[in-house]
Amino acid sequence: MAKTLTADKAAGARTKQEKRAYAQLGHNTWRKAFSQHYWLYILMIPGILYMLIFNYTPMAGLVMAFEDFSPYNGDTAIQALFGSPFAGLKYFEKLFTGPDFWRLLRNTLAISLANLIFAFPAPIILALLLNELRCKWFKRFSQTLVYIPHFVSIVIVAALTYQLFSTTDGVAYHLLVQIFGKQNAPDIMSDPDLFATMIVGQNLWKETGYGTIIYLAALSSVDTQLYEAAKIDGAGRWQLMWHVTLPAIRGTIILMLIMKVGSLLNTGYEQIFLMQNAMNRSVSDVFDTYIYTKGIVNGQYSLATAAGLFKSIVSMVMVIGANKIAKLFGESGLY
Amino acid sequence: MSGILHKQDPNAIRATGTLEKRTPGDQAVQIILYILIALIALLCVLPFIYVIAGSFATEQELTERPFFLIPHEFSLNAYSYILKDGSVFRGLRNSLLVTVVGTMINMFVSCTLAYPLSRGYLKGRNGFINMVIVTMLFSGGMVPSYILIMNILNLGNTYWALWLPGAMSAFNMIIIKNYFQGLPNELEEAAIIDGSNDLITFVRIILPLSTPVLASVALFYAVGHWNAYFNAMMYINDPDMELMTIVLRRMVFLTNKITQDSTFDWGAAGMPPAKSIKMATTVVATVPMLCIYPFVQKYFTQGIMVGSVKG
Repeated sequence: MAKTLTADKAAGARTKQEKRAYAQLGHNTWRKAFSQHYWLYILMIPGILYMLIFNYTPMAGLVMAFEDFSPYNGDTAIQALFGSPFAGLKYFEKLFTGPDFWRLLRNTLAISLANLIFAFPAPIILALLLNELRCKWFKRFSQTLVYIPHFVSIVIVAALTYQLFSTTDGVAYHLLVQIFGKQNAPDIMSDPDLFATMIVGQNLWKETGYGTIIYLAALSSVDTQLYEAAKIDGAGRWQLMWHVTLPAIRGTIILMLIMKVGSLLNTGYEQIFLMQNAMNRSVSDVFDTYIYTKGIVNGQYSLATAAGLFKSIVSMVMVIGANKIAKLFGESGLY
Repeated sequence: MSGILHKQDPNAIRATGTLEKRTPGDQAVQIILYILIALIALLCVLPFIYVIAGSFATEQELTERPFFLIPHEFSLNAYSYILKDGSVFRGLRNSLLVTVVGTMINMFVSCTLAYPLSRGYLKGRNGFINMVIVTMLFSGGMVPSYILIMNILNLGNTYWALWLPGAMSAFNMIIIKNYFQGLPNELEEAAIIDGSNDLITFVRIILPLSTPVLASVALFYAVGHWNAYFNAMMYINDPDMELMTIVLRRMVFLTNKITQDSTFDWGAAGMPPAKSIKMATTVVATVPMLCIYPFVQKYFTQGIMVGSVKG
């Protein structure tokens, strides 16, 4: 991102004169910049204030992880933040050596890896299939239908799952009984072994169609002459796909993969929280639900903040790492 | 594989005159493809169709017939319960309010930040952009934000707790910034010659020229607000302020209330249509989005495309 950001400073300016004229809009000293473009700086105030208050202040609040924080350690929460006794790495030790940590890590990774393996390639495959359709109206119509689930709330997805798969009156459960028999029919709502399957299934249903948009955009920019040239060389359908289509969307795939890798520890607490119940708690407790339960419900602020900090750092390291690796392989990366 | 690539296939050469090459095998693949795509598309909408059908069915039919798309006997019991209960419509009204005001705040904060950042000559621009990128890579997490909103800013039980912390998404702001950047500089230069200042240029020239991307981003924000659930659950307890998503969760997952409600006349069936009420609530929560969707679909695709052009 940063590379292109600097390159576009003179974007649009074509000749040297134009570039010079455009550069004169800029200024060397802050005083000059302010006096000429004060409106630009005034316009930025709401956005900058927003980031300072709601992005950077919570980052400063991470200091809670290193102290015995309680909102009652001062008259106001800010005083409590400064007034709470320093605890060092006590809460990190508690987190890493506690009975929950490995279970949380295993559950979190199980769900996100399952998502990565099944839900990540699905839009690519569907986009390739849609791209092969020759009938334009059919393609447009099916695109419209497969995008729909993206726009409904995760609560609606959970409600639909419940109504379809409930063992008392779910219609899909009835179907499963018909296929597998009464004893073997999977009860996805409460069987711990099927929890990750259910979460991935919901994601597949909700996001596969919408995820195709970005790949279809990349596919539509492929030069058709490449296909014709490959056909002259005798390439079949699969070879066209392998040697022309896939290389054309490789950059997009890698970009999306970097973003996915960065969110490996973010399982999305909304969805997990909605599908969690007493029967599947052993496998459905992930970092996000742990932070919510410990921090917000039970008031163990410092422990939950430590868990959140651990998660944020791992995510950041993974994004930066994935980006580095992508660049090593000659891709342009995320930034 | 390379052997086939280099072999001169006479069929391929003949076919290059017309781009399409149709052999019987090719047509079979096409037919399978069409059936497959049709099934996938059907799978995406079938749950909605079933729930809509079920919401109009009698409770008896719902327990007796495993699956149907048209109920034998139409019943509006579920909807009359929803009307009488009132919480569903209150939820819809609250969600609408949160969505409209929230999206307006989003657009104000995003556009006003995006415009200065889109000007290459702005002094300090790289610093401000890095400030945005840091927020995309790292965050303070749930607990510090919660303390900030509840204990420091005291926004609990107000919609400000939903509007302010989500006042801007860095990703959406960058989409707008990239679009502003792509507009020709001559426009701005001409405006300056005509005596315009940066504010007037922004409001009168840049914003009107950017309506396609503004529509896309506004829709991204609006969908986010309409579907938001977790923050509303954390920050708002007042039942009068419940959003539609919260009402839906209560009705579908936590409900014993429906079956205990004995003051309502359930008609001949003599029992509360709990199942169809759940379905009707789901329908009411889904339908507003499904009605608007066909008209705004192109803005969503367009927004994704603009966003996918790296900036």
